[in-house]
Amino acid sequence: MDRIAITETATKVLNTLKAKHGALIFHQSGGCCDGSAPMLLEKDDMYIDESDILLGTLQGVNFYMNQDQFEYWKHTHLTVDVTEGRGASFSLEIPLGLRFLIHSRLLTEEENAVLNKKNN
Amino acid sequence: MNYSKPEFKEKYDNFINGKFVAPLGGQYFENTSPVDNSLIAKYPRSQKEDIELALDAANAAKDSWGHTPAATRAALLNKVADIIEAHLEAFALIETCDNGKPIRETLNADIPLAVDHWRYFAACIRSEEGSATELDQHTLSMNIKEPLGVVGQIIPWNFPLLMLSWKLPPALVTGNCVVLKPAEQTPSSATFLMEKIADVFPPGVVNIIHGFGPEAGKPLASSARVDKVAFTGETTTGQLIMQYASKNLNPVTMELGGKSPNIFFNSVMDADDAFLDKAIEGAVLFAFNQGEVCTCPSRILVQEDIYDAFMARVVERTNAIIQADPYDVNTMVGAQASNDQYEKIQSYFDIGKEEGAKILTGGEANILDGNLAKGFYIKPTLFEGHNKMRIFQEEIFGPVACVAKFKDEAEAIEIANDTLYGLGAGVWTRDAHQLYQIPRAIKAGRVWVNCYHAYPAHAPFGGYKKSGFGRENHVMMLNYYRQTKNMLISYDKNKLGFF
Repeated sequence: MDRIAITETATKVLNTLKAKHGALIFHQSGGCCDGSAPMLLEKDDMYIDESDILLGTLQGVNFYMNQDQFEYWKHTHLTVDVTEGRGASFSLEIPLGLRFLIHSRLLTEEENAVLNKKNN
Repeated sequence: MNYSKPEFKEKYDNFINGKFVAPLGGQYFENTSPVDNSLIAKYPRSQKEDIELALDAANAAKDSWGHTPAATRAALLNKVADIIEAHLEAFALIETCDNGKPIRETLNADIPLAVDHWRYFAACIRSEEGSATELDQHTLSMNIKEPLGVVGQIIPWNFPLLMLSWKLPPALVTGNCVVLKPAEQTPSSATFLMEKIADVFPPGVVNIIHGFGPEAGKPLASSARVDKVAFTGETTTGQLIMQYASKNLNPVTMELGGKSPNIFFNSVMDADDAFLDKAIEGAVLFAFNQGEVCTCPSRILVQEDIYDAFMARVVERTNAIIQADPYDVNTMVGAQASNDQYEKIQSYFDIGKEEGAKILTGGEANILDGNLAKGFYIKPTLFEGHNKMRIFQEEIFGPVACVAKFKDEAEAIEIANDTLYGLGAGVWTRDAHQLYQIPRAIKAGRVWVNCYHAYPAHAPFGGYKKSGFGRENHVMMLNYYRQTKNMLISYDKNKLGFF
């Protein structure tokens, strides 16, 4: 049972970028402009510590979100997708003319019982 | 009067050392217009080596520019203001084409405000001075402001020329050289500006580099050859830029957005007058600039005893918004800036509905006729729900506001502050006590009181909490681009007597 999933199209893009850049992470951004979207970064680019919650692993790529943001998101299930687009952030798919984005749904009661018990 | 898409060249280049220069790698990217998804032009896909060229130019120019008299620097800023003003309509058209915002907004807000920011900072530098204090009879402490050197600036796509005009003038007028990267979604107005002002500043003082964040933005933000980085954008990139700055022990300023509350107390409905009309418009300002504003008043909080009556008027006014061709002067709301934003906003409609929020109006894309069908239009949308819902907590950056009720002052403040961010807020009331007490209780850098979305150069703007730090605009911004040199001078002929 997972908090996070990835679409087939996004998986292909992710694997292309893994082959090019090596080990990667996702970090969910907040705030304006290109925010409220996942950023794909080289694994050691960003300082990750206990204030970042590991939501799950997609194709070997850890997906993190800051703890305080997670508090508002933890009742939802996330799916990473990809669409045509641009972004002014440092996310690695941008030069491909693509942007990762998140689709969300509520966790089912069963999922919520398991996942949010584990994390609280 | 109606306008149409302006003409562009096939491709443009970086502006480095006073000249247009092709990217060293020879790569370009295609920039498209969100109005109809048509091609605008090709812009350089710069890499680290292009950034290094710009940094060479800026570093070579910094000593001479830093010693240029303030009067000369200010005069050059005024010259830029005059040039933008002389081409106001051309800039407005480019901005509408590049960003998708309506022409009446670019003609009346973006470009005139940009002009004023250049003039404001030209005036500031002439009217302020350092300080000197006689610490004792023989000792004088003198504070001289010095430029930092070379500044890297990364600006967003929601107000391309205006954001450039928030960041460039204070950095330049204080004697810094700048390497600026416009957002890749909106490179056109910065380029047009460089064409018009190519000879205004000495070579190397202003450099504009185009490209993608990971390829061009990151090498600029992480370079040891910049003395400061100023960034407007989102939190993950903000955090990354702060990390890079920590390696170089450089100062940074961050403007990272918000989820701004707009609070309406019951006294707004004490009379059906001009003020109530203004307050209703104040609520509908969520749709201004397609909601692509860091301070978008995206949480409307209404006191429960006026909720139904007030929201009926707000919904009515929202439904009267004209969303059509951005080149039509009657159009009030245009296109979202890019496809990914368009998709992201719609994904928030999904989760909003899943969480049980009720759509009062909108809630879907707006497919316009003809070529505009290929553009990225979203209907102005009002959701009714509660503050713990994700649509109340995340910046959607679309023409979307979420509405909730509150009981009293305490609950209004509690809901307003229940957010990670603290950039803007609005307070609407006829109560003299609330006019002061409520804004003071809200943890945000800018609280509009009985108004919203005004951005004068003369008022400081910036965030609390995760909205960032540092301020933009206002004379205080000069010090974000300067060092203080303290000269401690002894006029005493006698030794200390220690040795």
